[in-house]
Amino acid sequence: MTVHHAKQKHDFEPKIIAFVCTWCTYAGADLAGTSRMQYPTNVRVVKFPCTGRIDPVFILKAFQQGADGVLVSGCHPGDCHYMAGNFHARRRFAAFRKLLEFIGVDLQRLQFSWVSAAEGGKWVEVVTELTEQVRAMGPMQEFKALALEEQWSGRLDTPELQEAYQAI
Amino acid sequence: MSRIGVFVCHCGENIARTVDVERVAGAAGQLPGVAFATDYKYMCSDPGQGLLKKAITEQRLTHVVVAACSPRMHERTFRKAVEQAGLNPFLCEMANIREHCSWVHEDREEATAKAIEIVGMLVERVKRNRVLPTITVPVTKKALVIGGGIAGIQAALDIADAGHQVVLVEREPSIGGHMAQLSETFPTLDCSQCIMTPKMVDVANHPNITLHTYSEIEQVDGYIGNFQVTIRKKARSVDEQICTGCGVCLTKCPQNKIPNRFDRNLGTRSAIYVPFPQAVPNIPVIDREHCTKFKTGKCGVCQKVCGPGAVDFEQEDRLVVEPVGAIVVATGFELYSIEEKPKGSPIKGYGEFGHGKIPDVIDGLTFERLASASGPTGGKILRPSDGKEPKQVVFIQCVGSRAREKGISYCSKICCMYTAKHTMLFRHKVHDGQAYVFFMDARTPGKGYDEFWRRSIEEEEAVYIRGMVSRLYQKGDKIVVMGSDIAVGVQVEIEADLVVLATAVQPRQGADALAQKLGISYDKYHFYSEAHAKLKPVECATAGIYLAGVCQGPKDIPDTVSQASAAAAKVMTLFARDQLEREPIVARVQERNCVGCFACMKVCPYGAIEEKEIRDRSGKLLKTVAYVNPGVCAGCGTCQATCPSKSVELDGYTDEQIISMIEAL
Repeated sequence: MTVHHAKQKHDFEPKIIAFVCTWCTYAGADLAGTSRMQYPTNVRVVKFPCTGRIDPVFILKAFQQGADGVLVSGCHPGDCHYMAGNFHARRRFAAFRKLLEFIGVDLQRLQFSWVSAAEGGKWVEVVTELTEQVRAMGPMQEFKALALEEQWSGRLDTPELQEAYQAI
Repeated sequence: MSRIGVFVCHCGENIARTVDVERVAGAAGQLPGVAFATDYKYMCSDPGQGLLKKAITEQRLTHVVVAACSPRMHERTFRKAVEQAGLNPFLCEMANIREHCSWVHEDREEATAKAIEIVGMLVERVKRNRVLPTITVPVTKKALVIGGGIAGIQAALDIADAGHQVVLVEREPSIGGHMAQLSETFPTLDCSQCIMTPKMVDVANHPNITLHTYSEIEQVDGYIGNFQVTIRKKARSVDEQICTGCGVCLTKCPQNKIPNRFDRNLGTRSAIYVPFPQAVPNIPVIDREHCTKFKTGKCGVCQKVCGPGAVDFEQEDRLVVEPVGAIVVATGFELYSIEEKPKGSPIKGYGEFGHGKIPDVIDGLTFERLASASGPTGGKILRPSDGKEPKQVVFIQCVGSRAREKGISYCSKICCMYTAKHTMLFRHKVHDGQAYVFFMDARTPGKGYDEFWRRSIEEEEAVYIRGMVSRLYQKGDKIVVMGSDIAVGVQVEIEADLVVLATAVQPRQGADALAQKLGISYDKYHFYSEAHAKLKPVECATAGIYLAGVCQGPKDIPDTVSQASAAAAKVMTLFARDQLEREPIVARVQERNCVGCFACMKVCPYGAIEEKEIRDRSGKLLKTVAYVNPGVCAGCGTCQATCPSKSVELDGYTDEQIISMIEAL
């Protein structure tokens, strides 16, 4: 007899955006579907031809639009449909993560992974893990705070900014 | 103002079970820009498509979103339907609410909410889709076949017989490949040379085939239908046009003790040589490394005895450029070395088998040369060390194959069968001989294969011992084989006269370098990757390039020939058209903003980006900008993400489209 567990309700449901390439991860997610695997409904997929097409600006945009977590996923190294796009992506994100860390974003909110067209199970794992991780972290406030601050950008409310202003 | 139509599919019960499709259609109808929204049981069916087409005309729709299965499944179907209704096909998008929603969630409320959001994202995206023209490119109806083994020969003959020009390039001085080296073939025991050499002659005589032997691929440019291939014709030192193939030079050459690689170094050849008597073309090559004339400047006997005057010591490598429309790669294999571990290789080698130090431990291909009627022993099985006839022969299977700890985990597929054949050939030639085979499993899938293997045991009395060999060592003129019989659970020691190792099949050295020139992918062993393991087994992911034979993975002769004919059929399908249509997902440069930094050029994996000079009327250079050749561009978009001034845009995946999707959340 199968036991249907009552679905656990959470106080906070994070918004996750996944930027995926069409050849590997999108197909992997399709495979998860055809295999009828189950995962949280929090993820929204944006399809790209290749992870190489993903501009870091999109990740910033996603966080700005209220995403609590972002997943970037493409083909395994060496398996890129376009030969080297995922290598360019990997290099770009290595640098971009540093930048995000510098501005104070918790890097656990941004995940980079390889999911091939054959790895429906891995897609489920990655999405579930990231959702639970971000759910535990709570809503992403940093960008909302920044957006608010932007409105008050005339204010020099820290000693460092005051000092810098005086030095000009 | 756009008038978008949203069509929500039930997919029978597949979507409707977990997603409230009526609510999705209702919500979609409220979205700005949506003029029409409906749901239907099977959108992809004929009435479903009819509904779509009718709505486009009646509602004067400008864009369409079909919320159904994955675009990988039916995007083409719906884009075609949209086109039939008079809209540009690229104004249609699919919202994936089956694979990415209804099939992976159980909660109806949550799944419906998600489906509504997915549709919303695609509605925002489709608003910004632009009319894209279909790109057509011409097709050069000439094929290049790389490799002149049985795979390359079969593909070349098939394409040439269909009436198309073929350029066949072979690295060695003669075509024929490994099949020309074999003695007899399983499971029929017909003579390999007898079935191979007529095909080789057919290639040489075919009016549609241009043969370049002793040649290699130097460079490959272009794309499907329009490749430019540069072939390096290595200096033969013999003029192919003049040489009559009389062979006098071979007999007169004083340097005649050079080990013959074709005979696995068992026999000898001269410095000016043809690899084997049935070579095609039957034109000698001077081995400059061993030739006295090239080493010391003296000799030149071959030139003196050559009647027509074909020997040319001054000859240099020549580059030939051939325009072709399709490429068949058939570069074949080589065997795992039983000698010292190859330098820089992840493969470990077999120190326990003497690392090639015991002369009477040979590999399978060497045994083929011993058994071949045209081989160095005239078909007699004789030991390489002393020329005596061996009575006890031990065959060891899976040497290198299925041995993760040695660096290769795959099965080489042909060894079980050829070892069974070897035991038979041995028994046919040495009637009082005894063959022992150490094996892990006998893998005999194939027509008549298992019967053949059984025959080697039941009729030819080969003794099969399940287990592996731990060590080989020389004892007098015998080789002691120490192994285990795991079926009985005892250690076995056999004093053998000859040991034959069924070494693993590997891709050719340099397979990776060739793949990089062609722009095709390969696995960690350097076998070339097909586009889809099941449904596209002969196509490469790179359009216009096809695979045949062992370069794609271990296979026997029948499989190789089938794959070669399949690759040829694919080439003929391509050549059946004069023009090629391709998806217009290509990058475009906004020349006004481009600053000419060419960062895009460095990241483009296809070399699709060129420099373009912009001049005024007087011809003065204003600036140099990037230009994307739409025929070469494959549409990955790496250039766009790299461009610092945002001057290059990938049609179909513009920043505007992507950002609108993110903003829709």
